[in-house]
Amino acid sequence: MKIISVAFKNLQRKKIRTFLTIGGVAIAVGVLVSLMGFDAGYQKSLTNDIDKMGYQVLVTAKGCPYEAATLMLKGGGGLRYMEQSVYDKIAKDPRIERISPQLAATEFDKDRQNGQGGIVLYMGVSNSYLELKPWSKFKSGKWFSNDDADEVIIGYEAAELEQRVPGDEMLVPNLNKVLKVVGIFERTGTQDDGVIFIPLKTAQRIFDLPGKLTGIGIKLKEIGSLGDFEESLYNEPGIQVISMAQVKGTIFNLVSSSKVMTNSVAIIAILIAVIGVINTILMSVFERTKEIGVMKAIGASRLDVFRIIWLETTLICVLGGIIGDIVAILGTSAVEHIIRQILPYAPAGKLVIITPGLMIGSFLGAVVMGLIAGIYPAFRASSMRPVEAIRLGD
Amino acid sequence: MVNVLIKADKINKTYKLFAEEVKAVKDVDLEILQGEFIAIMGPSGSGKTTLLDILGCLDRVSSGKLQVLDNDVSVLKESSLVKIRRANIGFVFQEFLLIPTLTALENVELPLLFGKLPQDRNKAIKLLQMVGLGNRVNHLPKELSGGERQRVAIARALVTSPKILFADEPTGNLDTKSGQQIFDIFKELNQKDGLTIVLTTHNNKLGLQAKRIVYLKDGHIVSKEESSLYA
Repeated sequence: MKIISVAFKNLQRKKIRTFLTIGGVAIAVGVLVSLMGFDAGYQKSLTNDIDKMGYQVLVTAKGCPYEAATLMLKGGGGLRYMEQSVYDKIAKDPRIERISPQLAATEFDKDRQNGQGGIVLYMGVSNSYLELKPWSKFKSGKWFSNDDADEVIIGYEAAELEQRVPGDEMLVPNLNKVLKVVGIFERTGTQDDGVIFIPLKTAQRIFDLPGKLTGIGIKLKEIGSLGDFEESLYNEPGIQVISMAQVKGTIFNLVSSSKVMTNSVAIIAILIAVIGVINTILMSVFERTKEIGVMKAIGASRLDVFRIIWLETTLICVLGGIIGDIVAILGTSAVEHIIRQILPYAPAGKLVIITPGLMIGSFLGAVVMGLIAGIYPAFRASSMRPVEAIRLGD
Repeated sequence: MVNVLIKADKINKTYKLFAEEVKAVKDVDLEILQGEFIAIMGPSGSGKTTLLDILGCLDRVSSGKLQVLDNDVSVLKESSLVKIRRANIGFVFQEFLLIPTLTALENVELPLLFGKLPQDRNKAIKLLQMVGLGNRVNHLPKELSGGERQRVAIARALVTSPKILFADEPTGNLDTKSGQQIFDIFKELNQKDGLTIVLTTHNNKLGLQAKRIVYLKDGHIVSKEESSLYA
């Protein structure tokens, strides 16, 4: 027989109490792992989203830059328009490697989402779109036949949602315009997956926005010339320049201030769990006063008693840690779903990423938690004097 | 030359009960020789249990000198007392005090674990057979009768091969028949194996079957006589 089996058998004595205490630890660990997984996943997905836009600078019509950034990330960005002449002027700049004009437009489709209705996002693009995003691949079909064709190419998710294949015809709601599906993009893991692309000229025509753009994506030859380039555009009236680095920084700042809040919640959950464990073990120590006394009478040293109680606490926390990890993994999709509903902007791709490192870390954390929570009850138990514990323990 | 295992010289035990000082043991002189079978008797509150706890190194004297196996235990700390108990002393209690989550066999093995002794399962099983529980080794205490539980407790006290066995009212929670059976085990251990046994009891019929009877009253020893009924 080993000390650990003495400790383990004692935990089995009051099963419900043990189970509830383990549950408390599991919830705390699960919350912590989910939050940390969210931190990691969110940053990764956001970085991926922004990097895969393919441009470092976005030129838009003047307005609130954060609003513009959010709209652009959401894929909207179509509230303010600028003249296409701006594009013609900028495009000549020798520092530019690639440049692509865009015209975004939205329509409300009352049939979307099983009749609830939803926004459909159309993006007018020119041939240079593919140059800016060389990783874009066709799942089926091909690029537009000409730059004024009544044709669409659909992002992966939008195609799944609309159940379309190349050759189908689709109606632009509210405009009574029928377009022909010519291609479907592969999944990119970015917002583009939800967009319906049409040729820029077609977009300007059917949405009645002749010569208008909502944005110009630019990739520079040298990232170092970004500052100069931005400065040279300051004099252009009616436009503003947003660099993706700024957008990323702004969003990270917004997220990290809310992170402080969520991390405090996780720390409080851990504290409550630790106090719960201390309370449970302390209670079970007092209930077993006589048993502890008799253990000492038959030869247990202070250290022996300390180890038994310490092991009990640690076992609770280890089991809680394991269950918490499992709950966090199983709950990933639920957490993602909730976060997506709450956050004003959530990147595509996985929001919660639970890595093996995070799991091992949280497990070790639970062990440490058990070791700390066990110190006081174990000390109380080991300090009991045998004769008092046995004779006065009632 | 008879071996003196325990020698008490004017030992006293005083403890505080609320504001009042209670003298539980007063000026007790006592020698316990190897192979003795002593029953400490006396009315309730006469200090029997306190004296037994002190002699068994579970409790400490307030004054006086107590030697247990050539150690002056009146000056030792709890950490040293544990080692003396572990190596030399076995305990049996009125309420059996088995660990409820462990089987009979595991309860018997527990002192080996604490004593850092080899986990000799055969020895534990043999002891359980010796007390007549060979077919109950894997039962939990709650599945055993009172007499059976006390027998497990005796096996537990013997597993470390102690030099002295202390038993506090070992038959106090048992019916007459079980009580006699337990007492017979003590007698046999004393007579066959020469084990030194000290027990307390307020059951005259049983107590008088010991070799020597120590009568206590109000913490004093009033007599230490050889028993006439010992056989």
